[in-house]
Amino acid sequence: MRNAIRFLLRSEARVLRSVDPTMTVLDYLRQVEGLVGTKEGCNEGDCGACTVTRVRLVDGGLRYEAVNACIQFVGTLDGCQLLTVEHLSSRDDRLHPVQQAMVDCHGSQCGFCTPGFVMSLFALTRHTDHAPDDAAIDDALAGNLCRCTGYAPIVRAAKRMYDLDPRADEITAREAETISALRALADDETVSVEKDRRRFFAPATVEALADLVLAHPDATIVAGSTDVGLWVTKQMRRPATVIYVGRVPALARLAETAEGLEIGAAVTYTDAAAALARYYPDMGEVIRRLGSVPIRNAGTIGGNVANASPIGDSPPMLIAAGATLHLRCGAKRRAMPIEDFFIDYGKQDRQSGEFVEKIVVPVPAQGTRFRAYKISKRFDQDISAVLGAFAVRLEGETVAEARIAYGGMAATPKRARAVEARLTGAAWTEATVRAAMVDLPQDFQPITDWRASAEYRLRTAQNLLLRLFIETSDPNTETRLVGDREIAHA
Amino acid sequence: MLDRPGAITGAVSTPRQHDSGHKHVAGRAIYIDDMPEPPGLLHVYFGTSSEAHARIAALDLAPVRAAEGVAAVFTAADIPGENDISPTHRHDEPILATDAVHFAGQPIFAVAARTRDQARRAARLANVTYEPLAAALSIEAAKPAGAMVTEPLTLVRGDADAAMGTAPRSLTGQMRIGGQDHFYLEGQIALALPGEDDEVTVYSSTQHPSEIQIMVAQTLDVPANAVTVEVRRMGGAFGGKETQGNLFAVVAALVAKKTGRAAKVRPDRDDDMIITGKRHDFLVDYAVGFDDDGRIMGVDMTYAARCGWSSDLSGPVTDRSLFHADNCYFYPHVRLASQPLKTNTVSNTAFRGFGGPQGMLGGERLIEEIAFATTKDPLEIRKLNLYGPGERSLTPYHQAVEETTARDIIETLEGSSDYWMRREEIDAYNSRSRVLKRGLALTPVKFGIAFTATHYNQAGALVHIYRDGSIHLNHGGTEMGQGLYVKVAQVVAEEFQVDIDRVRITATTTGKVPNTSATAASAGSDLNGMAAQAAARTIKNRLIAFAAEAWDVPPDQIAFLPGRVRIGQQDVPFAKFIGRAYMARISLSSTGFYKTPKIHWDRAKGRGRPFHYFAYGAACSEVCVDTLTGEYKVERVDILHDVGNSLNPAVDMGQIEGGFVQGMGWLTTEELWWDDKGHLRTHAPSTYKIPACGDRPRVFNVRMVHGVRNSEETIYRSKAVGEPPLMLAISVLHALSDAVASVAGHRLCPRLDPPATPERVLQTIDRLRAEDAAA
Ligand SMILES: Cc1cc2nc3c(=O)[nH]c(=O)nc-3n(C[C@H](O)[C@H](O)[C@H](O)COP(=O)(O)OP(=O)(O)OC[C@H]3O[C@@H](n4cnc5c(N)ncnc54)[C@H](O)[C@@H]3O)c2cc1C
Ligand code: FES
Ligand code: FES
Repeated sequence: MRNAIRFLLRSEARVLRSVDPTMTVLDYLRQVEGLVGTKEGCNEGDCGACTVTRVRLVDGGLRYEAVNACIQFVGTLDGCQLLTVEHLSSRDDRLHPVQQAMVDCHGSQCGFCTPGFVMSLFALTRHTDHAPDDAAIDDALAGNLCRCTGYAPIVRAAKRMYDLDPRADEITAREAETISALRALADDETVSVEKDRRRFFAPATVEALADLVLAHPDATIVAGSTDVGLWVTKQMRRPATVIYVGRVPALARLAETAEGLEIGAAVTYTDAAAALARYYPDMGEVIRRLGSVPIRNAGTIGGNVANASPIGDSPPMLIAAGATLHLRCGAKRRAMPIEDFFIDYGKQDRQSGEFVEKIVVPVPAQGTRFRAYKISKRFDQDISAVLGAFAVRLEGETVAEARIAYGGMAATPKRARAVEARLTGAAWTEATVRAAMVDLPQDFQPITDWRASAEYRLRTAQNLLLRLFIETSDPNTETRLVGDREIAHA
Repeated sequence: MLDRPGAITGAVSTPRQHDSGHKHVAGRAIYIDDMPEPPGLLHVYFGTSSEAHARIAALDLAPVRAAEGVAAVFTAADIPGENDISPTHRHDEPILATDAVHFAGQPIFAVAARTRDQARRAARLANVTYEPLAAALSIEAAKPAGAMVTEPLTLVRGDADAAMGTAPRSLTGQMRIGGQDHFYLEGQIALALPGEDDEVTVYSSTQHPSEIQIMVAQTLDVPANAVTVEVRRMGGAFGGKETQGNLFAVVAALVAKKTGRAAKVRPDRDDDMIITGKRHDFLVDYAVGFDDDGRIMGVDMTYAARCGWSSDLSGPVTDRSLFHADNCYFYPHVRLASQPLKTNTVSNTAFRGFGGPQGMLGGERLIEEIAFATTKDPLEIRKLNLYGPGERSLTPYHQAVEETTARDIIETLEGSSDYWMRREEIDAYNSRSRVLKRGLALTPVKFGIAFTATHYNQAGALVHIYRDGSIHLNHGGTEMGQGLYVKVAQVVAEEFQVDIDRVRITATTTGKVPNTSATAASAGSDLNGMAAQAAARTIKNRLIAFAAEAWDVPPDQIAFLPGRVRIGQQDVPFAKFIGRAYMARISLSSTGFYKTPKIHWDRAKGRGRPFHYFAYGAACSEVCVDTLTGEYKVERVDILHDVGNSLNPAVDMGQIEGGFVQGMGWLTTEELWWDDKGHLRTHAPSTYKIPACGDRPRVFNVRMVHGVRNSEETIYRSKAVGEPPLMLAISVLHALSDAVASVAGHRLCPRLDPPATPERVLQTIDRLRAEDAAA
């Protein structure tokens, strides 16, 4: 047991022995460290004004990740380096190339969003060494809102910075030193800190995690805190015990096995995206639009499933793909088809003391056409009004099997049984699909809210079946406005 | 463009960087929440109404007072002065509710605690007993009773009824226009420091420090000279901090004076969005008569606005909607009426364009209707109806449109955007593309510059030169990101011919320049640039007189050259020259003052010259729509915009690009959604979707009209640029409409109302298909 959280603030060591388990990194920076360059625009992970870089040791090297300081808890920094906008300029106060490019291109007006953009751009320079195309820049900046500039000058800065050798900075120069400092912080002790009788645990092994969850069945488990963070900042919940799973290597494992792709419960979207996209290109496309870079750097598929929101994007895709959910309680393990986990709104098949260990996504069977469509008001970083996921296996011209699931259409992510029944065994024709569209209201009676009306949800859910048909039968028809348009008819 | 060699840096018309750019990027620009907190600071939070309209039967604040960290709780009874912050002094906007609440989110009490978290938690603990009253939440609900927050306006010229009666063709319709949240990135905030006697200093994120000063004074019942209000910069405002900062500032000041401790009010984003006003949503009823060519003969439009529970600025906002209902088009006979309706929702307020954009949307809808009725391209109808010479130049408010700028810009853009060729390509694409459909539209903007409240069109500045030759600049305008500070500094640098680095830009404060107007109506640099120039010229004239005497040369042989002053044959470096002037006891400090000439407005008669001049622009937008889902992408936008002789082309470019994207958000994805209890449910970026980086047009060609000076005597003949570009985005709405119309062979006018969310687009597609099949 280690009763302290240890991390690097730039190159200075920080050791916190008493810390509020849900104090956010943003409050810590602004209130405790007096580093006020990082701004609060929304306190919910949606505007990017608070973007900072978390640097972790991965495979012996450093990985730089943009995260939202407003919804990350300080304890989750254990073993990491934290870089803020104040840390980019050189010690003799010269602007960093990223900062200089923003100035040169008139990338700031009111300047309030600017530190966040600078940090997202800085992180981008650590991931690509040449100017990316516009689409890649848009993706990198999808989590940063600017109300003044209309983004055009910031995109120009994102290109310009590559003319200024953005990696030639003091941060790079000190990497060896940072690596050894972070190595010195790494251990496999369970971290446990407390303040006002509220506790933060960060176990380092899956066994320790299992014991802790069993011992504290009422604890709030935290992976990326992209849901839990908002319970704290918006609903003002104050959980007494927090168990952070992000230090457990076994849960961060992504493996390809005979059964399929094994995704540990702490694997982030960023890490899972490419592997999933290899089997299911559209899962990659949906994840590209899910949240933003900082959300995907923190958020996990395990958390998305465990949270069991009816509007979560991964559950319908995993249901359509026929994934299996693996739960663990102490040493006991059990597995279930993932759709069985979602019993009702706010009710899942998870027992006291149990946690999600991994999700296994099978390799698609021969002849399967898989598509997933995310419908939202805005393409990027927007919660879905409807998400339709379709796995249709054709034998010749006939539908041998159909697994179709929707999010946003019911109290849980749910399969469209009537539609599946209509399709199964039928010829894969537009007439069949139109008949299935008529059946859809038997499966779903969605609600009206601020994201969409019931009518729109139903209508698009039906039309997505048609989109699926067109994409799988008519390669000459364009169907996609954004993303990798090749996927449509692949 | 680079700074001219041998010339000063930061001269007028050079693309100078924002004065704070290097600080923004380094996190070193200080916003109010970044200021070091004074010891003993109290954090203040509001307890707000959960009901849209109710009598407060009982208010139990004991649990709030008992909560951890709470120092004090304040209700209306604790206000020593007036419990009113109505900016138009109509006494209809209590700071804290007394016996009744008028919208869900209205502040009832304020709690001050040691930490913000404690204040925020405590604010939730009150027990309020409500007796619900009937609530009018929407325009439809308010219209029958017709309760208004202020006097409506009617503009009449000619006889609209008769003209429509004799017109070969006519049609009527209705258009719904959504509101918009400002979504400034820095939320509302105020920090008050108690001073000696009755004094208080308030740091407020406001576009209008002088108004905050008056409001604080009247709340505390102290004279204005006891109150100092300061703001260095805002993290965005867009009209949302013209009056909406009042509440936060007066309560911070109240708590500071009552407790003797510094007090800070900073609502969470969600509370900010629930408590503060937004762009007005409108319901427009229109009737138009026209001839077979599509030439307008008569227009009758009623603009009903949801103003919310109090008047705020709804009077001038709805007036301005009427002033822009014509956009660039001549209405031979016209009647325009406003209905500023009272509703039990948040009190709507100023937002970039100030009602003008909504007015213009109505006018552009008429054009679109006529185009479909006459089966012509909307661009032809636009050109046919442009203001022309002679009797076709009169606006509905009797100000003449004397220039042909709109036509010039439209015709240039028509060519440079390849409008007609792309029109053909798009038709061809649409006939072969089953799911995706493209649309194209070119729309112009004419926007009137000046405050319609004539007394607002004044400004002051203060310039000091210190004996080392460094210059201190202050004026009444505020910096919200629009680049006002740098533009005014350029003016002063230009006057004295010194590098701009010699000019220190200082925070706006009521202590230096009094009785200022809001930085609004796009008039910031027009007004403050002129005032600063006047101050600089006063000093310059003293310096010239001094030099003429001291060096014994005629005044016309004295010139301010880059970095130096030429006196006869001799060049004296600026700093040295100033040192000499100081020794000779020359006053090196001056105020400057400016009031906009020529303008006058008789509201009762609906006649006058409310605007100093007009700013123009046009945009051509192309979109692609998915007819299965209603999703769309803006593919290409070409803009040509008139800024006169730009004071700073880089800053102006930023205003055009940024204004366009903000306008696009308003007309597309930004949807305000209230539930049937009157609760706003889109009160954070998770639910309220402003454009993200990927939403900006894929191809975005923005140009400014070159070499055209403002025909009016504005500062260096530039034109205001803050608001007009927002309305360029109307082209996106019309391009969407054009794409949608293709599903019914362009036989039916889609009447696509904004915000054109994907849902609204799909709904319109389905309606059009059904109507077309039925026909
Ligand atoms: C700005 C923003 C945008 C977003 N956009 C999207 C979007 O487009 N689509 C979408 O689907 N979601 C979106 N989300 C929601 C969120 O990112 C996802 O639900 C995410 O997958 C949650 O993962 P996490 O690791 O952050 O979970 P956490 O917040 O850490 O936890 C979520 C829940 O899962 C539980 N939990 C976590 N790990 C385990 C475990 N191993 N065992 C048991 N319980 C566990 C937690 O106790 C909690 O109940 C967004 C969130 C934000 C803030
Ligand atoms: S403050 Fe908006 S994302 Fe963190
Ligand atoms: S510069 Fe103001 S929000 Fe981006």
